Amino acid sequence: MSLQSPLGRVLGLGSAKDGTAHWWAQRVSAVALVPLTLWFLISLLNLPSLDYGTVRIWLSFPLTGLLTVLLAAVLTYHSYLGTSVVIEDYVHAPGTKVASLLLLRFLYVLVGGASIFSVLRVALG
Amino acid sequence: MPRPLSPHLKIYRWQIGNSLSILHRLTGIALAFGLLALCYWLVALAGGQRAYASAITVLSSPIGRLCLIGWTFAFWFHCLNGVRHLFWDAGYGFERTQRHASGWLAVFGALALTLSVWVVIWHAAP
Repeated sequence: MSLQSPLGRVLGLGSAKDGTAHWWAQRVSAVALVPLTLWFLISLLNLPSLDYGTVRIWLSFPLTGLLTVLLAAVLTYHSYLGTSVVIEDYVHAPGTKVASLLLLRFLYVLVGGASIFSVLRVALG
Repeated sequence: MPRPLSPHLKIYRWQIGNSLSILHRLTGIALAFGLLALCYWLVALAGGQRAYASAITVLSSPIGRLCLIGWTFAFWFHCLNGVRHLFWDAGYGFERTQRHASGWLAVFGALALTLSVWVVIWHAAP
């Protein structure tokens, strides 16, 4: 049994140790995604078709490649921030929680890495 | 020690505010799966003509199309409602009438934009 008072134990620790960093990153990435996703959707809708050759040529333009890499990176990051909060909210057992968050992070790095690598292969290949 | 629960879902009166909050999270989760589909499409595109052709077959199958239509609505709702949240974060739009109007705008705006996108797609390739 600790002689420390409940107040003494939490003083100076802050609310969640990282303050508003997560919340702010979610907002910054959201703001960036508004133009990026709209550009991506409108560009795809404006292509004459979505066949292999057309999309490869479109993605090999430097600006298209750059914006698609940025989209893949920011989208993956924003989605990771959101789904990790869902796990934090609903998974309560400490071991399962850490394991799910770790698995989620690895999965997102894989998805983001594979997307960016694929765009670069087309854009630079 | 019993701690306060909020909101207590069994007695909570459902209205547009909490419904759209839940829908925002649900569309976000749906879009996480949409991100997997986008990744699959990009990997197939880099993988060559045959890989891309099979990805297009999967995505244009009836189930694939249904998912794509669902992701289109999820995207538009999450986008419009996300902007609504950004306005709140900046300190605007908290009045009851403003909250309700912007909420319905997000729902009907998302439905209208989803319909527009798919009209464009079906018009281009029937």
